[in-house]
Order: sequence, then C-alpha cells, then structure tokens
Amino acid sequence: MTEARHNHYLIIGNSAGGIGAAEAIRECDKTSPITIVSDEPYPAYSRPLISEYLATKCPLERMLYRPPDFYEKSGIRLLSGRTAVRIDIKDQTAELEDGAEINWDKLLLATGGSPIVPPIDGRKSTGVFTFTTLADARAIDKFIKKGMRAVVIGGGLIGVSVTEALERRGLKVTIVEMKDRILNTILDETASAIAAETLEKNGVKIITNHTVTEINSEFTTDRIHAVTLDDSRGISCEVVIIAIGVRPRTEIASEAGIRVNRGIVVNRTMMTSHPGIYACGDVVEAYDFIHGENRVTPIWPNAYLGGRVAGFNMAGRPTVYAGGTALNSIKYFGMAITSAGVFAPVDSTGEVVTTKNGEVYRKLILKNGRLSGFIFCGDIERSGIIYGLMRDQVNVAGYKQTLIADEFSYISLPEPVWRERLASTFKPQPVEAETVKVEALR
Amino acid sequence: MHTPVKRVLVNEPVCMGCHLCEVYCQLQHSRSTDLIKAFKKESPRQLPRLRIEARNPVFFSLRCQHCTESHCIYACLTGALSRNTDTGAVIIDEEKCTGCWTCIITCPYGSIRPDTLRHKSVKCDLCQGAETPACVLHCPNEALVYEDTGDREGKVSRVEAPVLK
Repeated sequence: MTEARHNHYLIIGNSAGGIGAAEAIRECDKTSPITIVSDEPYPAYSRPLISEYLATKCPLERMLYRPPDFYEKSGIRLLSGRTAVRIDIKDQTAELEDGAEINWDKLLLATGGSPIVPPIDGRKSTGVFTFTTLADARAIDKFIKKGMRAVVIGGGLIGVSVTEALERRGLKVTIVEMKDRILNTILDETASAIAAETLEKNGVKIITNHTVTEINSEFTTDRIHAVTLDDSRGISCEVVIIAIGVRPRTEIASEAGIRVNRGIVVNRTMMTSHPGIYACGDVVEAYDFIHGENRVTPIWPNAYLGGRVAGFNMAGRPTVYAGGTALNSIKYFGMAITSAGVFAPVDSTGEVVTTKNGEVYRKLILKNGRLSGFIFCGDIERSGIIYGLMRDQVNVAGYKQTLIADEFSYISLPEPVWRERLASTFKPQPVEAETVKVEALR
Repeated sequence: MHTPVKRVLVNEPVCMGCHLCEVYCQLQHSRSTDLIKAFKKESPRQLPRLRIEARNPVFFSLRCQHCTESHCIYACLTGALSRNTDTGAVIIDEEKCTGCWTCIITCPYGSIRPDTLRHKSVKCDLCQGAETPACVLHCPNEALVYEDTGDREGKVSRVEAPVLK
C-alpha cells in the first residue's frame, strides 16, 4: 500500500552514488523530503574498507562513510534493510520486498553491482564466499582461523584486496587468475609483474592461465577441502573466495522498461531513458572522457561524482557530467600503484613513454599529444598533477618526458602552463604602468 | 557549497625560496610544537603540508587550494576528507584515513602528500582556524598573504562544469 507521505526525492542505494546525490540535493534544496532505501541494514559505510575490516577487525564506527548524525542533520529518511523490488514508472512508486510502496517525483537508481558467481560445482559449499559487502567480510571473519589455506578465484582488485586481508590474518593464500597476469584490467605487464612480485614476497602464491573447475567438499560436513583446476591439479584449502568481478544490478530498471545496455544507460546529466529517473554508480554506463563513449567504470570516485551531478539535476540545477574514466590507487603490502584511463594504446596512433628504476615505474599513454592513461608505481606523490593534465586534456607533447622524470614538480612544466594552472594560488599582481602604456599604444 | 572565506596566496615576485614556510608548517603540525624536538626527536616526523617549487629565480610554495569543488572529498573512499563549514578548509580526519592515496591522484595541484610512515594523507588545514596560518605568519618577506578570495575558483578544480544555463 502506498504510504501517505509525499517523497519528493527517492534514492535507491545508500553508498557513494546515493550519498553523493543526497548531498548535492541538499546544497540546492534544504527542505523537500528525501528518502533513501537500502537493502543493507546499516548507515552508509565505506565499502572499500571491508578489506581493512577483515584484516584488522576495525570497529563499524570507523567504517561509517558519514558521521552518525548525517541523516538526521540532512533531513534524510533512511529505510535500511529494505529491498526495492519493483518500480512503477506510470504511478511513480517503488515497491519494497515487504510490500510497502513509496512514491517519488524524482528517482535515483544507485543500486550498485553484485558479484559474479560462475556455475562452478561446489560453489554453495560451506567455506565459499564472495567479497563485496560488509556482510561478506563479517561472514569470512567468523569462518576463518589462522593457518587456514585459502584460494582466491580472480586476481582483480577485489581478489587482491581480500588476499592481502587474509594474509594479514595469518592465512596462506593462492590466487587463481584465468588470464596471464593479475590486475590485468588496470595495469600493464610491467606493473602487474611488480604487483605480483610484491604479493609473492609476502607469501602469496599466484597461479595464472588457469581456472577453478570444481570446489570439493566433505560429503558429510559440506566443508570444502580443495579446489580442482582446469588441468586437474588439486589445491588443498579450507576457504574459497570468488572474486571474478561485479555486474551492474540493473534488474529493476530493465523490468520497468528503462534502457539498459551493460549498465543502465544515462546521458550527460545522469538521466536514464525516462525523464525524472536518474542513475549513477556501479550500475550505470556513464560518459568516459577517455573513450569518448559510455562505459561501466565501477569505482567509488565516479559513483560519488555521478551521484553529485544527478542530484543537482534532480534538484533543478542543470549540470553536466564532465565524465569519468578508470581511476585506481592500490596499495598492497605497502606497494603503491596509481593508474588511470588506458594502460596501453588502443590503436596505432597512440604513443607510450616510460621510465623504470627498480620498483619505481612510470608510464604515460598519449594520443594526439594528450594523455589517455598513466601508471605510476612506487612513487605516486605527483600523479595528481598528471591526472589533472589528463582530465583537462592538455596537450603535453612538448614536455612528455618531463612528466615522468624523477624530480618532476609543477615548476618543471613550461611556465605558461604552470602559471595558468596555478592561477588561483598567486596573488594578482598590479598591471605595470609600462604594460598599460604599451596596450594603450596598440 | 560553502566558499572558503580566506586562502593563502603567494606574492610570487617577492618569494626568495627560503623554505621558512615549510619549516614552520612542519613545526605547527608536530606533536611538541617545539623547534628542536620537532626536527630532531619526533619520530615519525611530520611532513610539511606545502611544497617549495623552485627554478631560480622563480620560487613559490604550493599548498591545497581548498577548491570549491573538491575532487579529493568526492573521491575519498572512507569519508575522511570533508569541508570544515566554519573555515571553509578541506580537512582530513586522520582517524578515518587509511592511506589508500585515492585523494592524491585526484588533486590537480599535487598538494596532498602521502605520509608513508604513518599511512595517512596529509595536507594544508589552514592551521585549523588559526587567525593566520603558520606559513604566512613566519614568511619574512610577505611573500605569503592570507586573504579573502571570495568565490575565486581554480581553473583546474572544476568538477561538473560546464553547467548548462
């Protein structure tokens, strides 16, 4: 039954995207009712911190994404532990699993992604987990004991994060990666090798070019004792983490007739194919300024930014999403790597410049003199300047080698470039009389 | 978004690169705030929250611009970065920072530094509401000024531009 309360804004999803939108709405509209619906039973928490939670058992308060009084102070009603199962576009209502119906004038779908679980035999046995939510981390935390052996299926961001956490808890971890190297969607061969070496130095075993075909468990207890690889090799283990990736949770959008490709398709205002319905975060295909087209880039900063743009538009402040791209900062066992955009040229017009000295590795990918990607390993402190040049698509052809030099800093850039980019930091200088005279003579 | 009331500006023609702003920034953020202890005894030693850019004869110190549209706040994975609504300063809650360095890639000024010993990102906090930040106070040449900059926005800090009208 539809509740009597009128909800101007309804946000489905309570993570980076949903919060980004709610905060933007409140910058323009202090009073209209906002309701956030979340299937998780707590206030917004930092999802990337679940590995920290698993590694150190840090308290939940430390994982909160916003202060405890955030919802109350912002005038947001949070319906947590409630799952939205259907939306009715004509009636402008959302139906929750418990039968409640919530109306809206503007709707945001920030439903995120869900882990991909391939149909491996034994995937439902005791000791098999995925790793995307706090509930997953809690379940693993309860199950594991020091000295156990774990197999992590998938050597991507999630797989490597959970690997580090498990190692820190005293487990012996083997990563099984289908492709020829770990972190293959965000790093090139060289950086992957640096990351792999760091993991191996810390006791992690990495098996590439293989898949797990079966998870084997005891018949009586259902507890797992090994996995079988595609070459029939067995690896003994008590824990398996499936970390193949996530897919956008598009079901309620597609069932309502909203246009969905790989994710919910949104335009540059983050609006879906239906006016008044917006989407952001891991569930969308939004504009990627490097590829010049819509793509799924399920990363936290893009979720927040997309949510912010959606929120402004929902509240009536017309705003365009400048676009995001892949952007990652990873740090495993102290080894820092940042990367953004593409890690190799996408066609023959691309250009690459690199420098490597031990574990310090820097790589730029350029196209038509403009950055389309970079990787910084070991020394990442100045990578923000590089990302800024990439985001603004500054032509860096004349000084590309400078950008990867050891001593690179702002002043290494050509003077007109740093003067323009740092204009806000300088006290405006009085125009000298001489200059005025020259100008006047013209 | 709240606009910072004041920012530290560099009067670049008179900066001679003496590094005193760096020294006093480091001292201000030390545990003891005692010059000798801060530099010779404290471990790990605090990093200065600014950097000196130098190419003779041009010198200036560069720090967080407390952007109106702050990429670092939006990108922060843990909620450690936020804006102090009183001072307008973008600040880091060290309790919440896990040193993931995501903010570092998003700062177009390169003004957030990784403190690799403490696993925390560090940046200018405008000396937490002090009337005059330490760097400005101790600049011997008035090359640093603390001024109301109104709604002056750094060109490179745009987030959602262009705004449709």
